[in-house]
Amino acid sequence: MENSFVIQELVKQIDRLGKEVIWPAAIEADEEEKFDRKLFSQLGEIGLLGMVGAEEYGGSNLNYSDYVSVLERLAYYSLPYAVTASVSIMVQKMIEDAGSEAQKKQYLEKLISGEMIGSFALSESHSGSDAAALKTTAKKVSGGFELQGSKMWITSGGLSGVYVVMARTGEKEISAFLVPDGAPGFTLGKKEKKMGWKLSPTRELIFQNCFVSETQLLGKVGEGFKLALSALNKGRVTIGAVAVGLSQMALDLSLAFSKERKQFNTLLNQFQGIQFMLADMATETYAARALVMQAAQALGNPQSSLSQKNASALTALCSMAKLKATDVGMQVTTDAVQIHGGVGYTSEYHVERLMRDAKALQIVEGTNQIQRMVIARNL
Amino acid sequence: MWHFNDEQKSLQKTCREFAAKEIAPKAEHHDQHETFNIEAFKKLGDLGLLGITADPEYGGAGLGALEATIVMEELGRACASTTLSYLAHSILCVNNLDKNGSPEQKAKYLPKLISGEWIGCMGMSEPDQGSDAVGMKTKAEKKGDHYEINGSKMWITNAQYAQVVYLYTRTGKEKKALTTFLVDKGTPGFSVSKSIHKMGMRASPTGELSFQNVKVPISARVGQEGDSIYHMMKNLDLERITIAGISLGIAAACLDQCVKYAQERKQFGVAIGNFQLIQKMVAEMSAETAMMRHFLYSACQEYDSGSKDRLLATQVKLALPKMATKIALDAIQLHGGYGYSREFPLERFMRDAKLMEIGAGTNEVMILILAKQLLKECLVNL
Repeated sequence: MENSFVIQELVKQIDRLGKEVIWPAAIEADEEEKFDRKLFSQLGEIGLLGMVGAEEYGGSNLNYSDYVSVLERLAYYSLPYAVTASVSIMVQKMIEDAGSEAQKKQYLEKLISGEMIGSFALSESHSGSDAAALKTTAKKVSGGFELQGSKMWITSGGLSGVYVVMARTGEKEISAFLVPDGAPGFTLGKKEKKMGWKLSPTRELIFQNCFVSETQLLGKVGEGFKLALSALNKGRVTIGAVAVGLSQMALDLSLAFSKERKQFNTLLNQFQGIQFMLADMATETYAARALVMQAAQALGNPQSSLSQKNASALTALCSMAKLKATDVGMQVTTDAVQIHGGVGYTSEYHVERLMRDAKALQIVEGTNQIQRMVIARNL
Repeated sequence: MWHFNDEQKSLQKTCREFAAKEIAPKAEHHDQHETFNIEAFKKLGDLGLLGITADPEYGGAGLGALEATIVMEELGRACASTTLSYLAHSILCVNNLDKNGSPEQKAKYLPKLISGEWIGCMGMSEPDQGSDAVGMKTKAEKKGDHYEINGSKMWITNAQYAQVVYLYTRTGKEKKALTTFLVDKGTPGFSVSKSIHKMGMRASPTGELSFQNVKVPISARVGQEGDSIYHMMKNLDLERITIAGISLGIAAACLDQCVKYAQERKQFGVAIGNFQLIQKMVAEMSAETAMMRHFLYSACQEYDSGSKDRLLATQVKLALPKMATKIALDAIQLHGGYGYSREFPLERFMRDAKLMEIGAGTNEVMILILAKQLLKECLVNL
């Protein structure tokens, strides 16, 4: 509770950036696929990027649930910026948890201040849902490793200063490497053309005889997949949180529109058909938020009986939060377009963009089909 | 498979081959750049499809709703937005003119519209009158030997390319005092004021029409003053049925693509078609697409046989677009990351499918119409 003042201040800052900077530029940024790098640095300046970071590197070491609630607010104004921030923060936490002192010194301060963006590189063209089948290799050579292969769907590809790359160091052994932008033999592949999340670049990464020194190994040899898995629970809850922010915006826009638009000489919000849609949108959004917060609290609280005694239950809970919140996000944004009718289908009224952005949430961090498998397996 | 006769089968084959060759390869390009595939459109004239329901005397094919719907499905599989422009031209403009115009009006416009020399559009919705279209405000006032038109029309498909607008206007105070005019491009005071940027249907141009003291001769009036409502009632059913053909086309294309992908894509060492979650999506998609196909073509047959069922077309327009959006969303989901990328057509199918729940009467308006008919015994003013 003592953090509540800090959280309120952060939310105030995000509201300011959201209203003054993000929202007015949102349509153009989407159309022209334009990422505002300066804005991202401002997210560092106001303290968002360091919310859960270690204090000695400029972070404020807050609870995970506090972070999730602030991230939701950023997603309210822009899903792609919230996703960029959450991925970079995930990389930051992986370095904090598993990195050497030198690695922490090299990266943490920059990631927390927003001077640097981080990317996570696991997926490949043939291993999406089946991540463990990845083919990129890291061969031991004198003084380090040589990476061969390529990675797909990498959020912030081309913007990031550091990439956590999962590669095979043995037939049954995956390790994690910190590959800096500009490493020899590391090039950017094609930039994906996507349906939504357009301002956030998604790229292929290509490694051809890419040398990384031993000091760039994150954790120990063979620990890569374990590291990736431990990041997954948190990643899923953050995706749930940003989905809630997106739903809340779709709901608020629909409420405002239905208060102003008249058809048959009657305000839209006087029609029962519209009222019931709005009621369902609000109920589902609130339910999703409650589930996401429950998962976030379970993750952040080491004393929780849930997280200590029953890792399985925690994993299921995090997957449920992701599954429910992103399915709700899709439904609520789709209904928002429907309530707006023809103008909702145009870019001018924002809701069509929210709907396109929502679809990606059902696919990333494990498709919702994978979440159902995970939930069933852990029940 | 629906039982088409030999002519219908041959029409289906022609359209499928044409769409695969002339429309599908360029669909992604036109979608991305919001441009119109005018070359393909003109070629539809060479195939004799631009006046599919129109009188053969003026170059039309004289066919029914079923044949028109076959064209919508087949073109819709390749590119829904090109098909939407085709529908706005051939059904909303040409068919209305063919059914309601005078012999002089038909002789003047139909041959050129049907050959593809001219493109047509229809003007009904306005910025503030969407679902409540009959409340339209664009006014036509009779002044001696001409009418003067003032107002604006919104969401007009083909606006930027049309040589003629089949235009609905208000000529009196009573709600139903609506009159139709044919307004030519270039008439002083008539302009196309803006292109509208849309989520989907991006290869189908949408614009706003503006009329400022536009003078049109009495000979440009279609039928008599106050006839529009009667004309609308006559043709709305055909419009609702044929437009649902686009939703069927989208669903069929999604199903084809998913069946192929589920057998090709491997995860966890096996084709993803082995997973029950994927099987469920494919199986449901196939059942829903079959349901859409059988419902739609049986409604076409009813319509063409002169059935008086006033609910059927509205039920079609409510049911099919919703199913197509759901199928397209599932199709993206089945493809995962690739489904979300523009490398595959699924995300375009989904964006296009959504419009079908809004254009030509939203789902909510279809519900209002059906409820009014079904529950008329009990309805009171609340």
